[in-house]
Amino acid sequence: MGSVWEYANPVKFSRTVSKVLPFVSVGALACLAVGLVWGFFFTPEDYRQGSTVKIIYLHVPAAMVAINAWLMMLVASLIWLVRRHHVSALAARAAAPVGLVMTLIALATGAIWGQPMWGTWWAWDPRLTSFLILTLFYLGYIALWEALEDPDTAADLTSVLCLVGSVFAILSRYAVNFWNQGLHQGASVMRVEAVTGADTEEKVSNIFFAPLMVCMAGFVLLFLALVLLRTRTEIHRRRLKAIEARERMA
Amino acid sequence: MMPELGKYAGTVLSAYAVSLLLLVLLVAASMIAARKAARALKDAEERRRNG
Repeated sequence: MGSVWEYANPVKFSRTVSKVLPFVSVGALACLAVGLVWGFFFTPEDYRQGSTVKIIYLHVPAAMVAINAWLMMLVASLIWLVRRHHVSALAARAAAPVGLVMTLIALATGAIWGQPMWGTWWAWDPRLTSFLILTLFYLGYIALWEALEDPDTAADLTSVLCLVGSVFAILSRYAVNFWNQGLHQGASVMRVEAVTGADTEEKVSNIFFAPLMVCMAGFVLLFLALVLLRTRTEIHRRRLKAIEARERMA
Repeated sequence: MMPELGKYAGTVLSAYAVSLLLLVLLVAASMIAARKAARALKDAEERRRNG
């Protein structure tokens, strides 16, 4: 079995993407279609939230991917800083717009849900605020990549920014545990206590949980498909720049 | 076929509309950029081969 570092070779990475991408894309589309249709059309209203509970199928997976996309960028950035593999820096760059869109979906659906349920579109709640800051970090990260001419300098500086922003990615997930205040409820889907059996907290009912899991799988696969596609695009752009630079020198 | 969404129909439908629009735009932009980059690279490599 080959080492994972083989994929640091752009040619090998691009070839693997070409093989894997159709399967991941079909998987993402199938999970999203099944999960969203199941959740939207075939689940009942919640006794407190009414039909707004159907927003959970978009809000929770988008928020989960938004936070974990940053953590994936963190790992890729650390690989760049330590081992100087260009593909990892390009993968981090490729993931940022996907993560940004996921944060926007989570913020928009949260606000739309919050208006009738909390009576406000927005509150300066620890989780919401840290999530907003994470969105700003995404914007800053993308802008920094665009602003710097030298790709290695851009990769270095964006990697450092990614390390700093990771604090807010973690806070977005755990802020409600650190500060026991605010409107946003604690984790109600993925909890350690739910697995260990010590769970007494309110959690998502099974009737909503199953389609939610399918939607979460769909969002994760969609993220993976888009990151693979966009990383290959970045590799192509990098190669094109190298050829054009050689043409100018000739 | 449409489920009964009651008084929150506008809320639910607008959340789905915004999310699906953002997802479609993201996927479309990624695919267009991928095709454009692949085509430009192919042209440049052909140019290089032909001297």
